[in-house]
Amino acid sequence: MLSKFIFLYCALVIVITGILAVRFRNPVHSVLAVLVLFFHMAGLYLLLNAEFLAAIQIIVYAGAILVLYLFVLFLVNIRQEIKTERFVANHNISKFISFLVFLILIAVTQSFRLGTPGKWTTDAIRQATHTKALGIEIFTSYILPFEIIALILLVAVVGGILLAKQDKQEVVMAQKEGSGSLTRGGKK
Amino acid sequence: MPGAFLPSEYLAILMLLLVGIAFGVITLWIGRYFRVQRPYFEKLVAYESGNPPTEAPRMRFSVKFYTIAILFIVFDVEAIFLYPWALVYDKLGMFALVEMFIFIILLLVGFIYAWKKGNLQWDK
Repeated sequence: MLSKFIFLYCALVIVITGILAVRFRNPVHSVLAVLVLFFHMAGLYLLLNAEFLAAIQIIVYAGAILVLYLFVLFLVNIRQEIKTERFVANHNISKFISFLVFLILIAVTQSFRLGTPGKWTTDAIRQATHTKALGIEIFTSYILPFEIIALILLVAVVGGILLAKQDKQEVVMAQKEGSGSLTRGGKK
Repeated sequence: MPGAFLPSEYLAILMLLLVGIAFGVITLWIGRYFRVQRPYFEKLVAYESGNPPTEAPRMRFSVKFYTIAILFIVFDVEAIFLYPWALVYDKLGMFALVEMFIFIILLLVGFIYAWKKGNLQWDK
């Protein structure tokens, strides 16, 4: 009963903050909404018996990835969302289509059936502790995906460095303009 | 929701959260009735170590912060995989060691790339 209540609370907050993150005009407010969302995701993971994932959700997502989002916000330097004309004037068609998709999703959820429980039941995970169970699964059954993660992270490092590479010419031009904003912050 | 259970060990953290939120809200709310509120322009200016602020706080940052953030996230994720690995190491032994070495060497390539490109240095 109580677990159902906590689940519904977390799910409700996740949906609301998700909508708010899209709706807020100030991008920093959106990031704060996403922060609340991440914390409630961690609560859901705890309810699902996945305490390691809950901790990771807070450490990596709320800690590191949100910082990255904030850096991106500061890089693009928009104070407020730019107001433009609507791309599509007629909203009713899109509303109708999204309502149809909503109905289809409702219909599909009726056909969900629970699968048969596998090796890791709630009791088995509690006995082995979640982190250990996760470790055994990663390092025996999912070796290849694990090594692919390393490759994906490598791509992220190389891509990030290449994207953020400053051409020497651009730096000189920015300094000539007198803004000096490219190297600001480091010299403080 | 079958499989859902109440992690009672985490009830303490929930209590801590609730008490923390309540403490902040209640002290500020009670303080409203006691504190003097006489704002004028200098009081409302953003505090910047006592100096008058020179520009808006949302200025553009150097892109170098971004590369450092990316590098931080990547090695953060690497460190997280070390944690369950360390827990199951005594069970899997040599096998797990080789696996983790491949993982770390792949990431080391990225580290050396960042190093050689000078991204670990601020002024190159």
